[in-house]
Amino acid sequence: MIHAASRQRNVIPGFTLTMGFSLLYLTLLFLIPVGGLLLYTSLMSWEEFWRAVSHPQVVASYKLSFTASLIAASINLVFGLLVAWVLVRYQFPFKRIVDALIDLPFALPTAVAGIALVTLYASTGWVGQYLNLFGIRIAYTQLGVVLALTYIGLPFVVRTVQPVLEDFEAELEEASSALGASRLTTLCRVIFPTLLPALLTGFALAFARALGEYGSVVFISGNLPYKTEITPLLIVAKAEQYDYNGAAAIGTVMLLAAFVMLLIINFLQWWSSRRFSH
Amino acid sequence: MPSFAKPIKKLLLATAIGLSVSLPNVQAESVSLLNVSYDPTREFYREYNDWFANHWKSEKNQAVTVRQSHGGSGSQARSVIDGLDADVVTLALAYDVDALRQRANLIPENWQERLPGNSSPYTSTIVLLVRAGNPKNILDWDDLVRDDVEVITPNPKTSGGARWNYLAAWGFALEKYGSEEKAFEFVEKIFENVPVLDPAARGATNTFVQRRIGDVFIAWENEAFLSVEQLGRGEYEIVVPSTSILAEPPVTVVDVNVDRKGTREVAEAYLEALYTNDAQRLAGKHFYRPSNPVIAAEFSDRFPEVNFFTIDEVFGGWEVAQNAHFNDGGHFDRILENIANKRR
Repeated sequence: MIHAASRQRNVIPGFTLTMGFSLLYLTLLFLIPVGGLLLYTSLMSWEEFWRAVSHPQVVASYKLSFTASLIAASINLVFGLLVAWVLVRYQFPFKRIVDALIDLPFALPTAVAGIALVTLYASTGWVGQYLNLFGIRIAYTQLGVVLALTYIGLPFVVRTVQPVLEDFEAELEEASSALGASRLTTLCRVIFPTLLPALLTGFALAFARALGEYGSVVFISGNLPYKTEITPLLIVAKAEQYDYNGAAAIGTVMLLAAFVMLLIINFLQWWSSRRFSH
Repeated sequence: MPSFAKPIKKLLLATAIGLSVSLPNVQAESVSLLNVSYDPTREFYREYNDWFANHWKSEKNQAVTVRQSHGGSGSQARSVIDGLDADVVTLALAYDVDALRQRANLIPENWQERLPGNSSPYTSTIVLLVRAGNPKNILDWDDLVRDDVEVITPNPKTSGGARWNYLAAWGFALEKYGSEEKAFEFVEKIFENVPVLDPAARGATNTFVQRRIGDVFIAWENEAFLSVEQLGRGEYEIVVPSTSILAEPPVTVVDVNVDRKGTREVAEAYLEALYTNDAQRLAGKHFYRPSNPVIAAEFSDRFPEVNFFTIDEVFGGWEVAQNAHFNDGGHFDRILENIANKRR
């Protein structure tokens, strides 16, 4: 018994050291900033807090930020899966280059992305001028916000689904069709359940990333209050008038809302992996 | 090993002795300042810093390096409040500088009286930038409320420069139509014509120049000149309105920082020298209006006469203007609400 216990303790070498370091790391990078946010918020009375977070202009921005982020993450869910599928299942020229390009939104400064997108999609831009003929306006509308958020969220779904798809055993598909399943059945009952947890993770990451995005959106949205103004911009506006409490209050609301949504997605993921693992 | 350890030891010893001997002089030989400024002063201070380095060298025989930091005026002020080691700040509006006193007690209450002209060695004003040939025939503030005119200005909530724009229009309407209510309606009509509200002046310039959106861009005079000179000569024209606000971008030494670093003397000299004839000419060259009337006269063909009003005269100073207009629940918030309700 004693022997076994001491061995177990040794499974991770230097457990105390690594754990201590991890805790310190998380505290410095994450807990202290978030704690500061909550501290600033806690300095306000309930009425002040409520007034700051429930102003119609702020509420309009929540609606835009959450809806646009959800739409963008959903678009990425569908097309990210498609891209991952193509990259894993097919061979084509320049595949490696295309594969590398997927990560571009991670590396490119988001302001550059915003400026590039607005240059393309403004009604005088290369793409925008043709869309304009059909009465479709993207830059300086809510569509523009969705476009920017879709762009920055693209890699998340692709990169989470890709490895799962690569590990997927072709034998399972063969077995499925050998047992007489149609293509659709194979897709729905065999492939999709395996991918679902990864898809949900990618969706959650893309969604969370979109909620916090500032740099690219401010260039393409037009930032009209009540219309195309995202919540992060309002937080900046509050800080700009030295209203740190107000900025922290809105930040706290965003944090809580995002936390709840991510929790739901995590629960779905847990549920789906249990539901489909047998 | 010992064969070259000895010479190294000797060398170290010699260096140590040398350092200790020259140490008292090191501080006097060179000094470095950090000037925290806002965006469009970049070119002006680049040239001024070289001039000042020569000036200081010949006067005190000391080398001075001035490092610059540029950004939005409000966020620059916040950086200094949060601990950026600025010796001097040269920002877009007194409200941002005063925040150094209010939020962090870095400067004394009378900071703005320490240098001439409300501590603003150069001034500017708010003008209207239009496209070549002035196709919409925009001549004054009145034309900005017309239904067929699209106006570009940054958001006064996030941009210090845009607050000057807003107050310039308000002051014009107040004088012309005689009441606060009329001025409110006037400014509301202008913002109804704003299709894109950029967070900062640089972004708004892009919208107007690169995206080619809008018929008129409300801008600081010096930035309007920069746009005309750098971004497209012959593509834009500056329309100077009949009445406008005197924009006073103030400068100050950051007392707490210079006293800690022992740089007060050179920092004060750096700001005082902004009022010398040479520096005033440099300001004029970079499209700021020199505060010295004699030097300003040399640039009279560049800067047409405007009927100026100041923020103190019309609005009772920045503190009051900020509270009444731009803080939460102020006039600007109500203007946005009204516009949103109309569009609904």
